[in-house]
Amino acid sequence: MNNRRAGDSSPTFAWPAVTYLAAVVGGPLLLVALYSLLTRGKFGVGVVWDPSIKAWKQLFLEEKLDGSTVFNSQYLEIIGKSFVLAALTTIFSIAVGVPMAIWMSFRSARWRQLLVFAVTIPFWTNTLVRTYAWMLILNDNGLINRGLLKAGVIEQPLRLLYNSGATLIGLVYTFLPFMVLPVFASAEKFDFRLAEAAYDLGARRPQMLKRLILPIIKPGIVAGVVLVFIPALGSFLQPELLGGGKSLMIGNLIQAQFGPSRNWPFGSAVAVALMIITLLALMVFNASSRKAAETGQSASGLL
Amino acid sequence: MSRQQFNTRHLPGFGPLAIALFAFLYIPLVVIAVYAFNSNRVVTIWEGGSTKWFGEVLRREDIRNAIINSLQIAVVAMVVSTVFALGAALGLVSMRRRQRAGALVLIGAPLVVPEIVSAVATLSFFVLVKIPLGQLTLVLAHIAFCIPFAFLPMRARLSDLDPRLFEAAVDLGARQRQVLWRITLPLLWPGVVSGALLAFIISLDDYLISSFVAGPGNDTLPVFIFGMIRNGITPAVNALSTMLLVVSFVILTISYKVTNRGSHS
Amino acid sequence: MKSTRTARLGTLAALLVMAGGLTACGGSTTDTSSDTTPAEASADGTTPEATAAEAASEVPAKGSGELNLYNWTDYIDPKVLETFTKESGIKVVLSTYDSNETLLGKLQAGGTGYDVIVPSDYMVKQMIELNLLEKVSPASFPNGKNIKANFMDVYFDSGRSYTAPYMYGTTGISVDTAVVTTPPKSWAEFFAVPKEAEGKLGILNDQVEVIHSALRAVGAKPCSENVADYEKVKTLLDAFKPKVQVINSDGVIDRMGSGEQVMHMQWNGATHRSKQTKKTIAYIYPSDGLTLWQDNFAIPKGAKNIDNAKIFINWMMDPKNIGAATNFVGYDNGITGSDAFFDAALKADPAVVTPSESLALPQPVPGCSQAAVDLYDKIWTGFKS
Repeated sequence: MNNRRAGDSSPTFAWPAVTYLAAVVGGPLLLVALYSLLTRGKFGVGVVWDPSIKAWKQLFLEEKLDGSTVFNSQYLEIIGKSFVLAALTTIFSIAVGVPMAIWMSFRSARWRQLLVFAVTIPFWTNTLVRTYAWMLILNDNGLINRGLLKAGVIEQPLRLLYNSGATLIGLVYTFLPFMVLPVFASAEKFDFRLAEAAYDLGARRPQMLKRLILPIIKPGIVAGVVLVFIPALGSFLQPELLGGGKSLMIGNLIQAQFGPSRNWPFGSAVAVALMIITLLALMVFNASSRKAAETGQSASGLL
Repeated sequence: MSRQQFNTRHLPGFGPLAIALFAFLYIPLVVIAVYAFNSNRVVTIWEGGSTKWFGEVLRREDIRNAIINSLQIAVVAMVVSTVFALGAALGLVSMRRRQRAGALVLIGAPLVVPEIVSAVATLSFFVLVKIPLGQLTLVLAHIAFCIPFAFLPMRARLSDLDPRLFEAAVDLGARQRQVLWRITLPLLWPGVVSGALLAFIISLDDYLISSFVAGPGNDTLPVFIFGMIRNGITPAVNALSTMLLVVSFVILTISYKVTNRGSHS
Repeated sequence: MKSTRTARLGTLAALLVMAGGLTACGGSTTDTSSDTTPAEASADGTTPEATAAEAASEVPAKGSGELNLYNWTDYIDPKVLETFTKESGIKVVLSTYDSNETLLGKLQAGGTGYDVIVPSDYMVKQMIELNLLEKVSPASFPNGKNIKANFMDVYFDSGRSYTAPYMYGTTGISVDTAVVTTPPKSWAEFFAVPKEAEGKLGILNDQVEVIHSALRAVGAKPCSENVADYEKVKTLLDAFKPKVQVINSDGVIDRMGSGEQVMHMQWNGATHRSKQTKKTIAYIYPSDGLTLWQDNFAIPKGAKNIDNAKIFINWMMDPKNIGAATNFVGYDNGITGSDAFFDAALKADPAVVTPSESLALPQPVPGCSQAAVDLYDKIWTGFKS
């Protein structure tokens, strides 16, 4: 068994990355966790050394003027809403991104390379600028409305911008390549002789997709889900600009606490809570995808 | 091989969907490019064709400095994070389970942490350990958040390589180093390339963390563009974006030509 | 400074794979200072009082090296900075921020190497209390005599011991009078929303300004600590929210100019710029009061080029120079005589130069207490979600 797994090599290869991240990411994260347990500094900027769990209480509880505390769902609702939007983004990205990646991986080597570049090129334009471009497309005098008005399909411009639908379009647009690229990377090495054999044995396309391709691209999808879901969860640009700033997401909430709301401990507490929830979600997702991969493997093993 | 005979590569509906999605990805870019030629100062009001904004962008030294600064950081962050991530992807394979789980949490951390939190935390951290803010802190922070993006495509690719290849190689007496150079890396290569591209893109696009850990005079391009947009987006922003797009097209075309020539010889 | 830049590039060069050409490009960004002829007139040398003022505080006209200016984005004309470099021999390195909080956060982190910053009024007060600013007495600089009388004894820095005035402005209402035929006269009428503006109305993404105005609309004072006031504000905002199209501070000029929105909470200078695209836009000074804000130059503790910073601040208090800066940003400034250098369109615009009948309405608002800030935050979070 030793030295026979794919890519097997010395564990020491991983140490530079792990050490680096422990310092440059682990260190700051511990600081944030610490911040969430301290008291805010003078004028609310920064923190002072005065341990307190007030910030954590604020997540669920609200202090009334008479000193009593009541349950406050305000922040939990924002967190819940963000999860729904991030989940929708991920689902749409899978629904369209996976077929796209498979299609790309089926082209000739020369085309494949071109297509990968084609997916990455939009990124050379700043996300903010591309988000603004969507505003130009969706607004009342935008391309879509002008086109439809001219064609006589509508008489009044459609309200396409400044709502959650527009936010969702922006999120899918921004994160779609993060689904396509990893799925493509794993789909690309699909062995077409398998497909031919399957055809010879009478398999149809849907069967081929399900039994041959899906197991192969599963790790890519797992990577894609992580790359899409998590950044989407913490996004703040799209809800501000395309959503018109009327439907706060958790990213906006955290941002505000370190900005004008001036409450670093609370911002840290929300952030740590978000990270814990994300980690839990990842663990559940990992476990279920591993289970699915095992059954998928046995299914493909039947062939 | 008579692959085409069965046309196993044909999946009905996938082609049109993919083309539609490429259109989806590119329509905003076309809009940006078209409006770059708008002579009106306000981008949304079309007044007539003009190339004056391109001239303005080229003249401005501050824009040039921001572009150079961003590209330098992105290249360094891409190279270092890809090397780190490649090592991690390979090294993780033979780690014991618990150790691997710990390493994965660390590698995934920059993804899980909201950007604003990373920004504030990283700034506080650099100040705590007394690293002066400047290009160095920018690069250090960028490498960190690029690693997971470089890592994931590689790991995805690696975890699905055919283990029989490696068993066969070992059975035939190949040493670990030979396996690495002759089998693993060539097979892993597409994952490395897409990882590196992701890292580069992520670095080039970052606004929040950059704006926090930058020192005097270190404004990166996104920081600069945010500023330009704040007081009303002028076609200069479009012109700048269009020029960057053209440059990226050229670079990618050249690299495509070069790699293809290599594969033919 | 040249050497530090080259050194930085040098360390990077080792790692750069494809940016070889780019580093060469970066090295070629020459500083214009080398072209400066010593014969050129200094910024303030022409004033007869210069010698008298020097007794109070010495500010050399010329310097060398660089100046790290940390300013709001797009808040100073690059041409003005070029002129400064030409006249003083000091190269300006500009970095930008987007909010007072970002600025304060960075300064509190300490030792970041900025020489001149541009905090707003209430932020100056807090920075002084936090001991973050150098006490350099800009009022005693040769050009300190140019500070407008009512900009001398300001609540945040009485007698101008730490700061020199830059731009000031107001946060009011801009309305497209072609669409909204009966424009609101007060915040109360703004939040009640005229029929024509429903769904085509925007406000700034600024919790402080929005709640200030909402408090004025319900007859309370900004920074109120009376919870009953906030009950009223909440009711007001709940009814207001469905009529709002967008909550965003960026791109207001375009959105008003293109007619996407017909009514917006807006800064006066931005309204001036919107007007240049759409003539029918008017700026309203609400009768229930509006915020007068002032931005200021200051030198943070830990600045490395204090002398250059003094030269810059003194130079910017020259009416000619700050007048040119005003023409770019569209806001009036705190320096006497600078209006002689204003563009005609600027001088004629009541959005920029407050008309006499509205002079009493704009009032500065010192920072709110922590209790008020928390109330603001709660109301705002509810309004935004």
